[in-house]
Amino acid sequence: MTVPSKARGRLRAGGLRSALPFLVPSFAGMLVFSLVPLVISGFISLTDWNGLDELLAPGMLAEHFVGLDNFRAILTSKEFWQVLGNTCRYIVLYIPCMLAASLAVASLLSQSRRGVTAFRVIYYVPVLTSWVAASLIWKSVLSPQYGALNNLLALVGIQGPGWLLDEAWAMPAIVLVSVWKDMGFFGLILLSGMIGIDKGYYEAASLDGAGPWARFWRITLPLMTPAIFYVLIVSLINSFQLFPQIMIMTDGGPNGATQVMVERIYKYGFRYYRMGYAAAFSWILFAIIMLCTFVQMKGQERWVNYDS
Amino acid sequence: MTRKRFSGTVAYYAVAVLLAVIALVPFVWMISTSFKSRGALMSIPIEWIPKEPTLDAYFTVFERFPFLRTIGNSLFIAVCYTLLTLVSASMAAFAFTKIPFKGSGLLLGLYLATMMIPTQVTMIPLFVVMNQIGLINHYSSVILPAIFRPFAVFLLVQQMRTIPPDYMDAARIDGAGVWRIWRQVMLPLCAPSLATLAVTNFMDSWNDYLWPLLMLTDKAKMTLPIALSTLNGQYDTEYNVMMAGSLISMIPIILIYIFAQKYFKHGLMAGGVKG
Amino acid sequence: MKKQKKLFALTAGLLTIALALSACGGTPASTPGSQSAAAPSGGGDTAEPVTITYCNFNASGGKEEVLQQMYEAFHEEYPNITVEIETIGFDDYFTQMQTRVAGGTAPDCYELNIENFSAYANKGVLAEITGVDLGRIDETALNAFNVGGKQYGLPGNFSNVVLIYNKDLFDQAQVDYPTADWTQEDVQAAAEAIRALGDDIFGYYQPVTYNEFYKVAAQYGGSLLNEDGTAFTINSEANVKAAQMMVDRVLESNVQPTEVQMGGMGDWDLFMSGRLGMIPTGIWAFSSFAEGCDFAWDIAVEPGADQKATAFFSNACVINADSPNKEAAATWITWLCSSDAAAQLRIDSGWDLPAINDEAALATYLDQTPPDNRQAVFDSLDYLVLPPTIEDYALMSDIIGQKLAAAAAGSMTAQQALDEAQAECEAQITLG
Repeated sequence: MTVPSKARGRLRAGGLRSALPFLVPSFAGMLVFSLVPLVISGFISLTDWNGLDELLAPGMLAEHFVGLDNFRAILTSKEFWQVLGNTCRYIVLYIPCMLAASLAVASLLSQSRRGVTAFRVIYYVPVLTSWVAASLIWKSVLSPQYGALNNLLALVGIQGPGWLLDEAWAMPAIVLVSVWKDMGFFGLILLSGMIGIDKGYYEAASLDGAGPWARFWRITLPLMTPAIFYVLIVSLINSFQLFPQIMIMTDGGPNGATQVMVERIYKYGFRYYRMGYAAAFSWILFAIIMLCTFVQMKGQERWVNYDS
Repeated sequence: MTRKRFSGTVAYYAVAVLLAVIALVPFVWMISTSFKSRGALMSIPIEWIPKEPTLDAYFTVFERFPFLRTIGNSLFIAVCYTLLTLVSASMAAFAFTKIPFKGSGLLLGLYLATMMIPTQVTMIPLFVVMNQIGLINHYSSVILPAIFRPFAVFLLVQQMRTIPPDYMDAARIDGAGVWRIWRQVMLPLCAPSLATLAVTNFMDSWNDYLWPLLMLTDKAKMTLPIALSTLNGQYDTEYNVMMAGSLISMIPIILIYIFAQKYFKHGLMAGGVKG
Repeated sequence: MKKQKKLFALTAGLLTIALALSACGGTPASTPGSQSAAAPSGGGDTAEPVTITYCNFNASGGKEEVLQQMYEAFHEEYPNITVEIETIGFDDYFTQMQTRVAGGTAPDCYELNIENFSAYANKGVLAEITGVDLGRIDETALNAFNVGGKQYGLPGNFSNVVLIYNKDLFDQAQVDYPTADWTQEDVQAAAEAIRALGDDIFGYYQPVTYNEFYKVAAQYGGSLLNEDGTAFTINSEANVKAAQMMVDRVLESNVQPTEVQMGGMGDWDLFMSGRLGMIPTGIWAFSSFAEGCDFAWDIAVEPGADQKATAFFSNACVINADSPNKEAAATWITWLCSSDAAAQLRIDSGWDLPAINDEAALATYLDQTPPDNRQAVFDSLDYLVLPPTIEDYALMSDIIGQKLAAAAAGSMTAQQALDEAQAECEAQITLG
């Protein structure tokens, strides 16, 4: 992340001295709530600690030291690559669908038409539902026999699949639910990027005879790239950390088709009592996310536009 | 021209209503389920509108735990949590975007990197830390983490970067100090993002389950999701009761969201002023 | 490696000290390791007043008041012991308990299910329960929580599985009601007759899961481990036969709905909707069925095959090895598990059975109807089969469960499923 070098509009005086008071609260929070636990989990990843023995007991971690064994075991296991593959399958399906849906939401809401406020509330209802409730609802909506979706499909003569119970359809079903849940949130973020656009651009374009599509592609989209960038970064991170919907809707099934990284981490840490292994697993996940985000950050200079 | 505009309107409402139906169907299903009796949950053909609607599920929810007390706890925590996030995150974002200092980019990178930590494995270490500080069973144990929300910092950084420099320059010429610029210039201009953050952070705190469960073991401090989870038995889930409980817990969030609408419009105006 | 280890120990130690220093009045440091708990058998009349915490999940879902009543009765008897009860929903109970145990702030005594009990007991975080009178507690149930000759848990409740059937559907299909002598073949015949009543009506529901499997395997003379518990025998001939039979009911005769036909809904809901002939399920279903069924139903001892085997479930009440109040905790959980007053409250509220061996105390249980044939609950106790208590219980049950589910969905044969389960368990689990 490079800081644009032009100083106009920034406060020249003070530098770190005037920035410090603004940073202290969040920095202290980061130290206590993020970095210290992260370092501890780094130590744990080098042990075979079971996650039950008291962590702070003297010598606890040293006694269980196993070096890099956990990392070696994970990277050579078939399971890890399968689970990584499942996670990637989710990402490849989810990100384009989510982006399309939230762009649709944002552009519908950006127009000043009658009822737009009502739509703004309605589209946000899924976001406001907790994952526990949302997962339970969708589990019954996606039920092949009694569920709303297949019953609706039957009305138009389509025999719906087994969704969450079918190895091939379980992950697409999870994607569907996640897009449903997230489109309002990301749509609103894109909207806040969209409404900041200077109206003058549109007037100029209209005079040039550009139609609504052309205006969208040539003005709206380029000028809302900071918002899109945020959405991409955050949704990728969230995708790698996909978890609650999996736990409640499929628990990793059927036959492991929806086992993903965090689900494995949780199971190893809290169900199989192999916390050292789980910690190593999460460090690997951490590294993967870092790498992907770094690539995105590097790439932003080429397409993200911060001057409106 | 008018015909074209008319067909545009039809297309708009067709898409908008379709999307609204998709957004609402599960929610309607939730309402319908909450009015069903146990036996009607799995009848064939499915009952979209319960044949014999009953309030039993709602009574069960109200009977099983001190409702006002838990709602009060949840409200208190969520409000404090949200305010703390907004203040702390907007301060950090302001420093990152408007005050140049050495290492700014690096520090922001560190902030962002912490978003990528899977929380499942830092949970036990964090628990140990909280226990050492002596925060367990204090409301602050679930409120203080709001002070560092990298997602919020990141969103505000993205928003503040697009604010044109003229505003800052004008304020400085008027002789405003950094605090005044932050409070009187930046915050109002970020209203839409702040409103989004207020809603999502309130919701995160309101729905958070595992962390309050670990931190607040004192029954008098119980929050709503914890209370709702006790509706679930070891062997059996009563879907109608679950749905009733979830619906009740959604009401405050929806109200807050509707309230926040005003500020989304504020943002619209701020955007307009610019041109 | 050695040098590495030293360096690691040093830094880890520094970190520990730093954390300990940062404490401002946190919890006092406690020494790890399991110590035994002793309680005066007479009661708490001479002791100083103590307050202990008891954490449980069993009372969630509507029995919190009953547990509170039990405690009030206890407190009258032992006014010096105050118990603070925490009731937590089942879903994340074990996550929070593990975190509290690892963080050194576990409650004085708490509840564990069988799956997690083995892990806790084998890892030394529980105190041995001694010095209390366990004479009134059922021996089979007590044995389930005995590890290496040490009693680490007391059975708080006791549930077994019986065959519950819909009388109306049996009448419609003109089949005789099940009896205690039924075998799986009798079940199959009746189930087929009931299945023939309609497309949406099913004969039998026994999910192809780990819990059902180890029991049916035992009916065919199979088991998951060899006799001394040193090797897995998951794909033995008897086990494959059992799994095949279970899978065939779903895929071949379809007297049992597939996962898709079930549509992710609950098996109890299917039974209560009146579209299921028979379901082997826990006696904890009685109160829900009594309320939710608008047809006649009754129970029988579960069917067998080469021999009878019925499942048994119990949750353990355990004591935290680091608790400073082990005596009081032992007194409370023993009272909770074996006193007449607690037993009576448990029975009267239709919760589940207290794990006591006193038939007289259980008499009122038999008087409650439905079901009429409550005696079958006790008759079933003669055939109880216990799950193996190995340290990696959850991992083993997840592996077997996942393979069985794949077989029931038709993705692989029963033989393949058990072969794979055997191979994976051998690769991932070292048996003690």
